[in-house]
Amino acid sequence: MGKGVAITGMGIISAIGNNVDENREALFASKTGIGRVVKINTNHKNDIMVGEIAYTNSQLEGLLQLPETNNYSRTALLGAVAAKEAVESARISDINEYKTGLISATSVGGMDMTEKYYYEYLEDKTVQKYIEAHHAGDSTQKIAEQLGLKNSLVTTISTACSSAANAIMLGARLIKSGKLDRVIVGGADCLSKFTINGFKSLMILSDTYNTPFDENRKGLNLGEAAAFLVLESDAVVKAENKTVLAYVKGYGNANDAFHQTASSENGDGATLAMQQALKVANLKPEAIDYVNAHGTATGNNDLSEGKAFLRVFGDDMPPFSSTKPFTGHTLAAAGGIEAVFSVLALQHDVVYPNLNYKTPMTAFNLVPELELKKEAVNTVLSNSLGFGGNCSTVIFSKKQ
Amino acid sequence: MENQFKISSYCHVKQNKISLNGKVLFSVKPEESTFLKQAYKALNVNYSKFFKMDKLSQLAFLAADVLFQYENISEENQENIALVMGNKASSLDTDRKHQDSIQDKTSYYPSPAVFVYTLPNIMLGEISIKYKLYSENSFFVFENFKTNYFYNYAQSLIVDNKADKILCGWVNVDDEDYEAFLYLVTPNGDLQHTEQQINTLYNELWTL
Amino acid sequence: MDALKQELKESLVEQLNLEDITPAEIGDDDMLFGDGLGLDSIDALELIVMLDKTYGIKLTDPKQGRAIFESINTMSAYIAEHRTK
Repeated sequence: MGKGVAITGMGIISAIGNNVDENREALFASKTGIGRVVKINTNHKNDIMVGEIAYTNSQLEGLLQLPETNNYSRTALLGAVAAKEAVESARISDINEYKTGLISATSVGGMDMTEKYYYEYLEDKTVQKYIEAHHAGDSTQKIAEQLGLKNSLVTTISTACSSAANAIMLGARLIKSGKLDRVIVGGADCLSKFTINGFKSLMILSDTYNTPFDENRKGLNLGEAAAFLVLESDAVVKAENKTVLAYVKGYGNANDAFHQTASSENGDGATLAMQQALKVANLKPEAIDYVNAHGTATGNNDLSEGKAFLRVFGDDMPPFSSTKPFTGHTLAAAGGIEAVFSVLALQHDVVYPNLNYKTPMTAFNLVPELELKKEAVNTVLSNSLGFGGNCSTVIFSKKQ
Repeated sequence: MENQFKISSYCHVKQNKISLNGKVLFSVKPEESTFLKQAYKALNVNYSKFFKMDKLSQLAFLAADVLFQYENISEENQENIALVMGNKASSLDTDRKHQDSIQDKTSYYPSPAVFVYTLPNIMLGEISIKYKLYSENSFFVFENFKTNYFYNYAQSLIVDNKADKILCGWVNVDDEDYEAFLYLVTPNGDLQHTEQQINTLYNELWTL
Repeated sequence: MDALKQELKESLVEQLNLEDITPAEIGDDDMLFGDGLGLDSIDALELIVMLDKTYGIKLTDPKQGRAIFESINTMSAYIAEHRTK
C-alpha cells in the first residue's frame, strides 16, 4: 500500500469562468466559453474560434494588486490567480510551514509580451522589462513569489499538452516518497499569436466550434487557462484536520514513439499511459466511472485516442466526454483544468456533456455523453496527450 | 538500497567536440558551423530524419545516439529506458525562428516544420521514435543544471520500477551557444549513481 | 513543364532537408510519400506552404494534398494548371 495523495485545494481560471465556482456553473449549464478572438490582433481573426479569458491584463494585475512596474506576462498573471485560489481554498495560512513545492507547466511562457513588443524592444526602454519575462521558467518563479514560497522546490515542466498532467504525476510521487509534505501542481498558458499561427500552419484549427469524437470534426479551438491543485500528504491532512476534495489515485506516462505531432494509428502511447495509471491505482478498467478524454477534435487525436479506449476498456467503455468544447485546448494547462473538472465531477456526481456532437465516427462504435448526467462518480480517468508523443493519464478518486 | 544503481556511460558535446566517457570521439575547429552534420557522418548515425530536426533535437539525438551505440541499445530490443532532461533556454532558438516568420509582414509564411520544434520535449520524442522507447519521459526548465533534481527523479523511477534504465541530462541551445551532457543510469556500470558523481561529470563540460 | 519538374525536385530537396538525396535521383513518377521518398505529414504541410509562397496556390484542406503530392508528375500538372504566380 502506497501512501495517499490528497487534493485539498484547487483554483482555476478559464474561458468559462474566473474561479472554481464560475467554472462549475458553466459546466453544469452546458455553457461554452468559445468565441471569436477579441484581445489578440491576428490575421486569422475571422477564421478561428478560441476560448479566451474575459479579464484583460490590467484587470488581472489589479486582482493581484501588482505595482505598475511589474513585468508579468499573461501566462504568469493567469497562473498566479489560479494558484492563489488553490492555496486559499486549501485554507493554508503559512505556506512555508511544511515542506512545500511548486510544479508549474507552461509551453507559451512569456511569448505574449515578446510578440507584443517585438519591434519596440530596441527603442522603448519601458517595455524592456518584459525581455526577462520571456523565459519559460519566469512564470513559475512569479507564481512562487505570489504564493510567498521560500526555499522550496520550484520547477517548470514542459512536455507540451501533457505538461500539467505530468506536474500532477510528479507532485504525487514527491508526496508519496516523502520528499514533500505539500505541493502545488498545475499549469498556465495564455493565447498568443505564436501558437495561433503555429497551429494554423499545422492546419488543425477549426473555423467553427470544436466537435470532439464527431465524424465531421474540423480541428481544435485554442484556449487559455491556468489551474492548480494543492496536494498534501496523509500526515498533513491528519495534523491540520483538512477537508479532502479527492485523491490522486493513479498516474502513468508513456511515449507514443511514432511522430513529432501525430498520434499513432492505434494510440499506443495513450493505451500504455492509461494501463499504467490503472496499475498504479490498483484498479480494473471497469472501476472507472467517467473518462475525461483529451479529445481535441482533430481528425488524428480523436481517432487514435478512441482506439486506445477500445484497447483499454474493450466493449465496456465508461461514460466519456471531452470538455474542450467548453474551454478550447489550453495546451500546457489542459491537464490542470481537466483535473479540476474531474474533481468537480467526483464532488457532485456528474458526467459532463461532450458539446456540439452530432455524427458518430465510422471508425468505431463510441458515442460520448451528450447531456449533463447525474450519477454516482467514484473514479475519473483523465487523459492528456502531447506533441512529442508525450501521453499522460491521471486517475482521481473519491476515496483513498 | 538507494545507491544500487550506476552510471554506465556519459557523453558531452560542446565547443564542436563530442566526447564519450571523457574521451574525445569527434571534433572539428571551433569556427566551423557544420559541426553537427559532420558529426552525424563521422559517427555513422544513419538516420535521415536527423536533417529535419532543429539544432536542439539534433544535439540531444546525437548525444543519445553516441551512448546507445556504445551500450548496444537498439530499436529491436525496445528497452524500457526513461528519458529525463532539462535545460535553461527551453526551445528558444527555434521559438525565435517561428516568431520571425510570423512578424514578417511582407513575407508571412510560418513553417509547420519549424513550429513543431518550438517545444523542448520534441527532442525526447525524436529519441523515442528512433529507438522505439515507449517509456516515461519528462522535460524541465531550470536556471541551471540541478543535480539533486535529476538524481531524485531517476531514483524514484527506479524505486517505483518504472524504468530499467534512465537517460538523464542537460541539452541547451541559445544562438551560437550550445551544450549537451547526457548520462545513462543502469543497474550495472563503473560509476556510482550519486549526486557527487553526477556533478563531477557535469562539470567536465566546461573543461571539454 | 520539364523546367517546372526540375525546379520542384530542387525545392523538395532544399525545403524538406532531404540531405541524402539529390534532385537527379528523384524520378518523375516516384512516390513522394510512404515507401517512396518517405515524406511524412509535416512535409506535406511544408509543401502546402511552398505551393502558396512560390506558386500562389492556397489549399485549405490538407487532405487535398494527398493526390496533388503523389509524385513530381502530379504536382507539376496541378501547379501548371492552378498557379497564380
